[in-house]
Amino acid sequence: MADCFDEMKGTDGTIRPAYAGLDAWLRDLSPDLIDQRCQEAELLFRRIGITFAVYGEADSTERLIPFDVIPRILSSSEWALLQRGLTQRVKAINMYLKDIYGRREILKAGIIPVDLVFQNQVFRPEMNAQKVPHDVYVHIAGIDIVRVGPDTFYVLEDNARTPSGVSYMLENREIMMRLFPDLFSRYRVAPVENYPDELLATLKSVAPDTAAADPNVVLLTPGIYNSAYFEHSFLADKLGIELVEGRDLLVKGGVVYMRTTEGPKRVDVIYRRVDDDFLDPLAFRPDSTLGVPGLMSAYQAGQVTLANAVGTGIADDKAIYSYMPEIVKFYLAEEPILRNVPTWRCREPKDLAYVLEHLDELVVKEVHGSGGYGMLIGPTADKGKIAAFRTRIEADPKNYIAQPTLALSTCPTWVERGVAPRHIDLRPFVLTGKDTVRIVPGGLTRVALQRGSLVVNSSQGGGTKDTWVLDT
Amino acid sequence: MRIRVSHLTTYRYDSPASRVIQTLRMTPRPHDGQHVVRWRIDVSADCRLTTQEDAFGNITHSFSDDVPTDHLEVLVEGEVETQDTNGLVRGTIERFPPSLYLRETDLTRADPAILAFARAVADAEPDDALARLHGLVRAVYAEVTFDTDPTHPATTASEAFSLKRGVCQDLSHVFIAAARSLGVPCRYVGGYYWRSDGITAQEAGHAWVEAHVPDLGWVAFDPTHAMCATDAYVRVAVGLDYLGAAPVRGTRFGGRGETLEVAVHVGQAFQQVQS
Repeated sequence: MADCFDEMKGTDGTIRPAYAGLDAWLRDLSPDLIDQRCQEAELLFRRIGITFAVYGEADSTERLIPFDVIPRILSSSEWALLQRGLTQRVKAINMYLKDIYGRREILKAGIIPVDLVFQNQVFRPEMNAQKVPHDVYVHIAGIDIVRVGPDTFYVLEDNARTPSGVSYMLENREIMMRLFPDLFSRYRVAPVENYPDELLATLKSVAPDTAAADPNVVLLTPGIYNSAYFEHSFLADKLGIELVEGRDLLVKGGVVYMRTTEGPKRVDVIYRRVDDDFLDPLAFRPDSTLGVPGLMSAYQAGQVTLANAVGTGIADDKAIYSYMPEIVKFYLAEEPILRNVPTWRCREPKDLAYVLEHLDELVVKEVHGSGGYGMLIGPTADKGKIAAFRTRIEADPKNYIAQPTLALSTCPTWVERGVAPRHIDLRPFVLTGKDTVRIVPGGLTRVALQRGSLVVNSSQGGGTKDTWVLDT
Repeated sequence: MRIRVSHLTTYRYDSPASRVIQTLRMTPRPHDGQHVVRWRIDVSADCRLTTQEDAFGNITHSFSDDVPTDHLEVLVEGEVETQDTNGLVRGTIERFPPSLYLRETDLTRADPAILAFARAVADAEPDDALARLHGLVRAVYAEVTFDTDPTHPATTASEAFSLKRGVCQDLSHVFIAAARSLGVPCRYVGGYYWRSDGITAQEAGHAWVEAHVPDLGWVAFDPTHAMCATDAYVRVAVGLDYLGAAPVRGTRFGGRGETLEVAVHVGQAFQQVQS
């Protein structure tokens, strides 16, 4: 961990300017008081009911996500860089999706291999030549960012389907303001509480032409058994829109309606948190009971907007990720502001040779794998495992990519024995509407609470922090 | 040949369904060797049919019926003029490069048994795509016996292959899984088949496949009859598997005790003599 960049102390131990106030405050504060505040925070979270479900754990379906009371702070210049980079990246993603489901120029130019798109399960033939309002496919993006140095941010993953976590961003701020008003008096922190307004404005701006002047927006959830159900109901409440399940909607004469006590009411925009596969049993999985029969037909006729659009997985798929810098250059003729984690594609002979040479230093991932399966972490693997992986890669190089092991930045975190550095990442939320990109300053900072751990996922013992962007 | 088709689907409900919504893929389009003389769809419900084109160029009709009903009839009826093209399928609407049809689906995933079967067929034939496909159509016909009993619309290629039994849909899925595993783009075709033995009444439509051969394009194979499609075939819809080309996909709300009756007639149309 010694080699990591620390958000507070940099690499040389000097307190960085944005953290000066926090450092002083931490020095003044008695550990007992922090412990007491931590307990209060937990109590508040319990009262609000902010929980998440962990699949595959028998004992508890609902859990409290650990919250760390020490905020993560970004200076205004750091944020300005991120903001420009995020805007650029999401703009390129939307242009890429329009192209992939339209003229396919990027394939004709030979920049992305054709089989990576057409043989990919997340490419939806149903979206081919489909028009979407204002050419926006990804209305809500959650871009996962890690930091490895003072000026180096990498995009770890683009989430362009149904990214979650924004409710934690909002709740963490609210609780921090209640617990530590004095700390907020030392800083000018940019507000995040306008996120629901920005989201609603974004969604309304992409309503179909046929919609009423004040479009009817609903949030479609898979229901209470979904791990993010709390967030769905929380957001619907904050946005002041109806939270619906598939059975609450119906398609009639090519138009989507919501069942109400006063009869059917037309729906114009659906903020859907249901995956493509389950959206419409007439178009996708026939056994889905979470969707709305006939929804795709209404969507194709332009009578309803789905946010995000169907088929956006072809933008955030692991196989496509490594092409993102080329995608940015191709559509915007600009250098990418945010870098990708350097990635070797084993499908390319030169990369393959390098990867096979350096297996003991690299992380090798299966292109279509997920959740850490089919992965080799070179530095911690024994010789036998490396040899076995070498055979697998040689047998099917196309199926593998490799990346260096990253030294994620650390941030001071309250642990049992006081303040200690722990690894963090950042998921800002990028909203794209009719003609604006909106990014609320901040996002969700996830922290790996285990010493030395790089895994920030909440399902694996990760926690969250409030994320501050300083106004000046 | 001028083929006349009528296809009546009747749903009956013991207690009325409050709402029915369906998407039909029951309208043939013309291509080389297939001319649609006339065609109509008639739905017993009082509703509007919305016509659209799906991802693969099939014509779809969607409707919903909100009047509680104890039965629903969908009738398609028409005439199609066909010519034998030796199985070559040209002049069709193509929205994607053939390689898209290498994608596996839940219904057409090749399991180890199908992989080994496909490999054995390929190895027994000369290194020629067309010869291998002819070999495959004969092998699927020999391996999987036509039997309407053991399978249902959601039976996978793998299940049918281990049963060694199935209907035209199952034989087609096995063929598709095997062909794709050999790197041959392959797709499912739904339509009608005219029987030369004079029997016109059938229990269902027919299904076969199209495989893409370099320099030739799409070639239609029928594993149920171990041959290439001829002028006895009316091509209606294509997809990655049955689900993509299914004549009817629908949902019913409320109601109980649904029974389904399908009556298909495929015969030669009366030839009008020009004078």
